[in-house]
Amino acid sequence: MSEHPSVAALRARFGAALAGASESCGDTIVRIKADRALEIFTWFRDDPAQSYDYLVDVTAVEYRDPELPLEVVWQLRSLTHARDLRVKVTLDKAGPLEVPSVYDLWRGADWLEREVYDMFGISFAGHPDLRRILMWDTYHEGHPLRKDFPLRGHFSRAEQTRQALAANPEAHYSMEELSIAESYDDLPVDMRDRLARGERGTV
Amino acid sequence: MAGRTVEFALSTPVLDQHGRVSHAPLGAPAQGEDDLHGEHMLINIGPQHPATHGVLRLVIELDGERVVRVIPHIGYLHSGFEKLGEYRHYNQIVPLTDRTDYLSPMANNVGLALAAEKLMGITITERCQVLRVIACEMSRIISHLVWLGTTGIDLGAFTPFLWTFQQRERIYDLQESWTGARLTTSLTRVGGMMADVPEGWEDGLREFCRTFPTTLREVDTMFTRNAIWIGRTQGVGAMSSADAINYSLSGPMLRASGVPFDVRKDRPYLGYETYDFDVPVGEHGDVYDRYRVRLEEMWQSARILEQALDRLAKLAGAPINVADARVILPGKRQAMSDMESMIHHFKQVMEGVKAPSGEAYLPIENPKGELGYYFVSDGTAKPVRWRIRPPSFINLAALPSLCVGALLSDVIAINASVDIVMGEIDR
Repeated sequence: MSEHPSVAALRARFGAALAGASESCGDTIVRIKADRALEIFTWFRDDPAQSYDYLVDVTAVEYRDPELPLEVVWQLRSLTHARDLRVKVTLDKAGPLEVPSVYDLWRGADWLEREVYDMFGISFAGHPDLRRILMWDTYHEGHPLRKDFPLRGHFSRAEQTRQALAANPEAHYSMEELSIAESYDDLPVDMRDRLARGERGTV
Repeated sequence: MAGRTVEFALSTPVLDQHGRVSHAPLGAPAQGEDDLHGEHMLINIGPQHPATHGVLRLVIELDGERVVRVIPHIGYLHSGFEKLGEYRHYNQIVPLTDRTDYLSPMANNVGLALAAEKLMGITITERCQVLRVIACEMSRIISHLVWLGTTGIDLGAFTPFLWTFQQRERIYDLQESWTGARLTTSLTRVGGMMADVPEGWEDGLREFCRTFPTTLREVDTMFTRNAIWIGRTQGVGAMSSADAINYSLSGPMLRASGVPFDVRKDRPYLGYETYDFDVPVGEHGDVYDRYRVRLEEMWQSARILEQALDRLAKLAGAPINVADARVILPGKRQAMSDMESMIHHFKQVMEGVKAPSGEAYLPIENPKGELGYYFVSDGTAKPVRWRIRPPSFINLAALPSLCVGALLSDVIAINASVDIVMGEIDR
């Protein structure tokens, strides 16, 4: 099978920022360096020969082998050229788990990046509202799709129940909502102070 | 709203003795009180509310009756399917897919099997392909029927709900006689199907395809030129094609905005390129166009089903499973009488089907949009990562921007038009 046209173009233009290209089951995968990722994504979207205008998916992969790094995966699609491309950035687990957000390029990235953050603990620099999405704001057991997270969670069922009963239900509302609620004036003074400082609730 | 005019003046506005409008035509904003001195109001809808179609919670900030901001809260139905998948053999993941988009379980099963087969490099038999096409299109019809009925209820039309659910029940009966279950179908296996259709089953589906368009015609008569329906849907929650692409919308949501992308046509699977069907595309990207697109898709699905049934008749008696003892379980009689078959049976049940190292992403056109399954394998019988690309989740992410500036009552219409299913959003 001939090489994907975007791979050659990427190599010609960004050279060293392309960490590798491979193919698996007919899908082309390119690995790029995190520090130039945003630049490359912008080029992918705006260059007329690429025009990857559609972001299919953003996700992450952690391998069972603890030595292997985390991978952030973007599935791109060009509706114009009828092409698909999978882009990966590898993240060393020892380093900061952060990649640039593509929110400004594709708005579809909004919730997808929040989900990756929620499930893997990977931050997306530049995302305007990066908070948990499937788990609640005050969830503090960790990031469920990481391999060091046990299938049944860190706490026993009894402990989870105990925590739920002991929780302050107000803490489950995001501070953002409470700040515009009618009952804002009725909130305890310390809570209003915390709101003013932009703090999130805790259980 | 270029070039679209709808006349739906039901009465002439009349002023009462206080100078207030007493008969307002639909669409004309009534003269109300001044807003609450610019003060915003916060409304909470859900998580237990029939119009949110599941456990979705919307916090809506209102200026008068205008929506300033919508904050959706999801996750109430989170079950950790993706995590569970990492602890299961590929065939054991099939039952999990029943429970994601539970309005089209058979199509999800098909998508999962296709993704696993792409990963393992398996080519399925011709009869299996046709059966899977039938499963996908039946799912499309029931999912759209549910959508049509519940959206009707959301906008105040109760009767079409009864008609559509009656027809949906007929497909559920067919599903039950094929798979033994109405909802938890678990129809596919890697490399084949759980079962072939029972004797005489095709006649039932043919009869359904022949008679159910009557309901579509009835709904069409009730809604398409109905002044109330048009008033509630046209120009509501509109999204341009450029925005629809930018927001990664898929399925009817994307096509209603005028983007002619359908995975069945553009990334064909199961031989969809050999079927004769049209992809309806909208023009304005509003709630009305989404309704028209979904209605037309049901007609097209019926067309595909009839073609598939013709092919199925020609393939009578052909195998549904690949002839590979490492992938497909041997029959019970064989497993109990033949040593080799018994070993294969044992190894498959105990060790599962091993996939080579690698990864595969396979999208299919589900009723809700593009459903993609992404598998990463390290060579064992359980995937390292099983990712569901959930169409409802990504379509719902556009809800806040669709609702800004709309009326509170439009939020219900817009939310209905997205066609969400919380099992898939929360996974």
